[in-house]
Amino acid sequence: MNHRQKEEYLREYSVLKNQGKPFWPYAVAKDGAMAIVVVGSIILMSLVLGAELGPKADGTTTTYVPRPEWYFFFLFELLRIIKPPELVPLATIGIPTICMILLFLLPFYDRGPERRPERRPIATTAGIFTIVAMGYLTYLGAAAGSPNEVELEASASVRAQGPAMVEQFEAGKQVLAQSGCLACHKIGENGNDGPGPHLDDIASRLPRDAIARTLVNPTAPMPSYAQLQEQDPERFNNLVAFLSQLKGEEEE
Amino acid sequence: MPKLKLPAAPVPPALKPKPRRPDEHQHTAVDHAKEAGIGAIGWVDERMGASGFGRWLMFRKVPKGTNWFYTLGSATMFAFLNQAITGVFLAMYYDPNAINAYESVRYISNEAFLGEFVRGMHKWGSSVMVILIFLHMARTFFFGAYKYPRELNWVIGVALLILTMAMSFTGYLLPFDQRSYWATVVGVNINGTGPLVGPYLSDFLRGGPDFTAVTLSRFYAIHMMLIPGAIAALIGAHLYLVTKHGTTAPPWMKAETDPDLRTEKE
Repeated sequence: MNHRQKEEYLREYSVLKNQGKPFWPYAVAKDGAMAIVVVGSIILMSLVLGAELGPKADGTTTTYVPRPEWYFFFLFELLRIIKPPELVPLATIGIPTICMILLFLLPFYDRGPERRPERRPIATTAGIFTIVAMGYLTYLGAAAGSPNEVELEASASVRAQGPAMVEQFEAGKQVLAQSGCLACHKIGENGNDGPGPHLDDIASRLPRDAIARTLVNPTAPMPSYAQLQEQDPERFNNLVAFLSQLKGEEEE
Repeated sequence: MPKLKLPAAPVPPALKPKPRRPDEHQHTAVDHAKEAGIGAIGWVDERMGASGFGRWLMFRKVPKGTNWFYTLGSATMFAFLNQAITGVFLAMYYDPNAINAYESVRYISNEAFLGEFVRGMHKWGSSVMVILIFLHMARTFFFGAYKYPRELNWVIGVALLILTMAMSFTGYLLPFDQRSYWATVVGVNINGTGPLVGPYLSDFLRGGPDFTAVTLSRFYAIHMMLIPGAIAALIGAHLYLVTKHGTTAPPWMKAETDPDLRTEKE
């Protein structure tokens, strides 16, 4: 906006303002009615929906579903859609940071004098696109199931190692299903495809010791299972045993 | 003592007080009480000079065409006030340490008088506040209300949005159940992948490289002291700028000059 446009706007605005009504009591009455609606709906939601409290937090186990509050679903979903590991930082921090900076600087790069939405096609389209994208991602995040089950039978090579191994395999599968790994990893048909890698053939890529080390000392954003190792080494060993049997071979 | 002379409030005629009839008594108890009230307000105002501010805030005009979309900002503020008030009552019972936190929340939910109701209001109030803040922002965006001379107020508004999201993130941990615990562990780890400040921010939030008992009290302090203080201050600045520049008119409103000047007499 150049100087003339600024002056024009200010003059136009002062005329409109003079033709308006006083804040007290007209605007205050509307604001007050709206405040009653807002507090009323909060009270209604509290009475109808309540405030559930899940089981107590436990650093060692495990039946957890790391799901954020619903209005973070769009960020959460962004993380799941972008799969290649080298792009994960882009999803976690890159895109949100860029969007934040764009939002902060909006009045500095959009300086045209036009204010009517139908005469600002780029801004209006971008705004509608952002709303639709966020709504869609929120919907995807809400629709995603809470994964805590693995349907994977012990393969022939596992069975060949004797019943003790099969037992450990089953126990480890249980631990994995309850530990929330499936929120970021896919095994067979279960779990989310990303941001973590598929675990179907993890054992052919990593030796047993490396799997254990990764669980204790993972790369972010994966949480560490060091506490599980300290407090319940048997479950931890079962988990490692299960993972180190996943060689990706098809069962016939 | 000088009497305070308040300007006449521009109220609609129906609400204006009727002028006193000459035969009415001047010295009823109500009249004395009224005198005393005005006297007390006058005493305070003589020492504070707040009436000018009050007039500036309340008796300004809002432009022609102002509609219900313009209540979204104040609605967001009321949602924040709801969070502040219910939050104070929750803080009376909440115990921010890893051993007792869950028990104290269970106590609030199951035993304290109206505890679950107040906790529900706090929980759902956060969702309502986030919805309202986005609606308010959408209105500002589509009406082009962030343009000259209100650029700075947009920047403050974005800061308020981010602080509100940070409120939600830190508050999510406090019930200390499985869901909140693990969501926060992952959330802080995601923070840690950020460029430059990411790892430091994560360490600051956790109070060290690991998620420990310190983390919870840290989140609590951030959630109930640091961010609410910043939000309250920024809302003050936001409102100051709104009052200074005035609320925008809807973009399709055109200022009409005196209609009599328009009509050509032929």
